[in-house]
Amino acid sequence: MAWLALIKPGDWLVILLGTLVVGISFPLFWQGGLAERAVVRQNGQIFADLDLRAKRQLEVPGPLGQTLIAIEPGRARVVSDPGPRQYCVRQGWLMRPGEIAICAPNRVSLQITGRTKVYDSISY
Amino acid sequence: MTPSVIKLKVTDEDRRIAWLATAAVGLSLVDAAIPSPLPGVKPGLANIVTLVVLARYGWATAVWVSGLRVLAGSLLLGYFLAPGFFLSLTGTVFSLATLGLTRHLPARWFGPVSLSIFAAFAHIGGQLLLARLWLIPHDGVFLLTPVFSAAALVFGTINGLIATKLLNELPSQPEPARA
Repeated sequence: MAWLALIKPGDWLVILLGTLVVGISFPLFWQGGLAERAVVRQNGQIFADLDLRAKRQLEVPGPLGQTLIAIEPGRARVVSDPGPRQYCVRQGWLMRPGEIAICAPNRVSLQITGRTKVYDSISY
Repeated sequence: MTPSVIKLKVTDEDRRIAWLATAAVGLSLVDAAIPSPLPGVKPGLANIVTLVVLARYGWATAVWVSGLRVLAGSLLLGYFLAPGFFLSLTGTVFSLATLGLTRHLPARWFGPVSLSIFAAFAHIGGQLLLARLWLIPHDGVFLLTPVFSAAALVFGTINGLIATKLLNELPSQPEPARA
């Protein structure tokens, strides 16, 4: 093909290099696989470990009152929380492994987990 | 009061830059008209002009043509000084810097295709960096990296091939000065 004649040997090398970068970037940035489970903690203890396949709602009691959590296929969120600043509610739907909504005043957290464990930070 | 007349001397170089920038702006408009599945994934056809200019007239002219293209393109499309303008500018600055370095690669082995791929990756890298630092200060932005880098590879290769073809077919004579 005429177009292929336009590519020089070094160009092939660069194309190969680029393909490698693209190939590496997929597992690198999309690690952790799909969102599979939602872990709900109350006061640091695991309150519920739910499958993200079925739709359901969950009420978690805390020192301030009830935190309402909604589970849907592939995602979860905090629907309502008695905390004053509503950070965890405003985070909306969590759908990737490692994502977490923390309702600190009511001591409730909701975290998405996948097949592999994802660290949100690593220190050396 | 005597009326003062400021006369600007227009050189052939100025005319050439203006013509080439016009071509680049035209391609930017074509680019904008092509529907894209994801904001940010664009063919970047105007970069063909940048590559040709770089090969023919050198890096400084390429900087001029790209800069004017970003400015005029954003004015025509109505995003001048909007976030899209700064993304466009950052991408252009990064890719021009990369072109400035990679154009010293031995031309026997590396053609415009290599330069185009390097520039495309630099372009999207710079944009992702700006987006992370300014527009969406959350690491979630980087989830789009694989898609963007794949697009950079594909469009970078295609644009490089078109630029190579143009360079092979166009005579390397400087065009006659137009009035």
